[in-house]
Amino acid sequence: MSAAPATVAALAADLAAGKVSAVELATGALKRAEASTLNAFITLDPDRTLAEARAADALRASGKAGPLTGVPFAQKDIFCAEGWRTTAGSKMLGDFVAPYDATVVARGKAAGLVTIGRANMDEFAMGSSNENSAFGAVRNPWDMARVPGGSSGGSAAAVAAGIVPAATGTDTGGSIRQPASFCGITGIKPTYGVVSRYGMIAYASSLDQGGPMARTAQDCALLLNAMAGFDERDATSLQRAPEDYARDLERPLDGLRIGVPTGWLGDGVAPDVRAAVEDGLAQLETLGARRVEVSLPHAQYAIAAYYVIAPAEASSNLSRYDGVRYGHRAAQYTDLAEMYAKSRAEGFGAEVRRRILVGTYVLSAGYYDAYYLKAQQVRRLIAQDFAAAFEACDVIAGPVAPTVAYKLGEKTADPVQMYLGDVFTTLVNLAGLPALSAPCGFGEAGMPVGLQLIGDYFAEARLLNVAHRLQQATDHHLKTPPDASVAAAGGAA
Amino acid sequence: MSLSPDDVRKIARLARLQLDEVEVEPTLVTLNRTLALVEQMQSADTTGIEPMAHAQAVSLRLRPDAVTEHDARDALMANAPAAEKGLFLVPKVIE
Repeated sequence: MSAAPATVAALAADLAAGKVSAVELATGALKRAEASTLNAFITLDPDRTLAEARAADALRASGKAGPLTGVPFAQKDIFCAEGWRTTAGSKMLGDFVAPYDATVVARGKAAGLVTIGRANMDEFAMGSSNENSAFGAVRNPWDMARVPGGSSGGSAAAVAAGIVPAATGTDTGGSIRQPASFCGITGIKPTYGVVSRYGMIAYASSLDQGGPMARTAQDCALLLNAMAGFDERDATSLQRAPEDYARDLERPLDGLRIGVPTGWLGDGVAPDVRAAVEDGLAQLETLGARRVEVSLPHAQYAIAAYYVIAPAEASSNLSRYDGVRYGHRAAQYTDLAEMYAKSRAEGFGAEVRRRILVGTYVLSAGYYDAYYLKAQQVRRLIAQDFAAAFEACDVIAGPVAPTVAYKLGEKTADPVQMYLGDVFTTLVNLAGLPALSAPCGFGEAGMPVGLQLIGDYFAEARLLNVAHRLQQATDHHLKTPPDASVAAAGGAA
Repeated sequence: MSLSPDDVRKIARLARLQLDEVEVEPTLVTLNRTLALVEQMQSADTTGIEPMAHAQAVSLRLRPDAVTEHDARDALMANAPAAEKGLFLVPKVIE
């Protein structure tokens, strides 16, 4: 087992002290990215990366550096970045060069973060294993035969392998938390509306939310400080005063009430995951927290409601890909209708086509009330369950996924089996709450297990506080994949 | 509720997705499995429950009706599959 790669906080300190330059860090990260066989990146563009690194060093030389200036990171390939190929993991956007910056990208630039590359992902963020990428599956650095989770699988694998100390992700039904759990890193999905969706390629707009992924909760707090904030260009961005997400990191956990939903550590969870989550909960109790039981009686309907609402919104959002203004166009067609239908059939992968069809059906005349309206009613019941639960506890804790990372190909034959793995994550998106995954131990075959912490609206700082205290008392988050050549890790640069 | 092969053809047409005849049957199977999963929510009692479209109960902001975007025509046209003289090209639509 190699030494744990440096954290964002450690690199930021080294940069501030002049011990290392942004160009040196970027060069090291690029070297690791190029040598890696994880397929964690869709696009590397060393010239652009080094230009960003030189700009960061210049900013520091001029005395205008921020706390993260010069820190390398991976950008999920769903955020439009001017001049970078931006594919969303799809053949549809295989040649698309973004003409503008997403707000998350612009904020990263303003902070002086250096883009090492564009992280692989499930096509249009639809998937739980990263096997739906048009650019090939990503491998889990803990076991090359297993999936890294999805949809932010490239982001999670790149951080876990020590290629980069941090990455961006997006979470529509678990796409930050589940890969963070599968790869043994920390990732937080903020409250819906905290991180701007402007320039983030849309999947299901009422659920999509960007957030950071890194080794530690502290690093996630530092990155969230750079990513979050009101954006007038996002119609659902929330107008709130800026906050420091690291402000509560050291707060003691004495008296913290941790709600564990009834049935969440029962037969629906593999014994190894249950044991690791129980360990994490016991650790939090040692730190002063008190465990209480809470009830989320409508959680059982979350997957059903999610797989109506998300495909419905996706079918609408993805109607823009028609082969006219940008994106893939079929080579041969006889008329406009055939051009649309062939371009879309060729440009989209199987899972995306499936979700478009489901969404089209549930929104079609005569079925809207039975499916879409019903799902929106269930959505409110789930949000009400959470509101009631937060009367009795401060944070809710449980597993992120029912199992550790599974083998590549294990669930591709039956999409519905894969959907069932989202049982503990989709309900959080439906309610719009913040939630994170933090490593709490290891299960079957030494694979990492994440503890999910769910907070009330805008409780990000509290969630990061709980995870940070856990990480001060444990070292699961510092463990690195056993195969050093795979991890391509070992040191700061 | 179970779909028929004709339903699948109709949905694909509405979605502007070409579906070859050999794909109809496997698509039908997965769509029906997904809809069976979704059907579980029908047993939730939603009497009198207001549908929830959005996580936060906020109304959409209005913005001043002013031009805020810069001219990015060249960058935007550069991604077009077929363009000529600054126009997007499509097959003839009027006979």
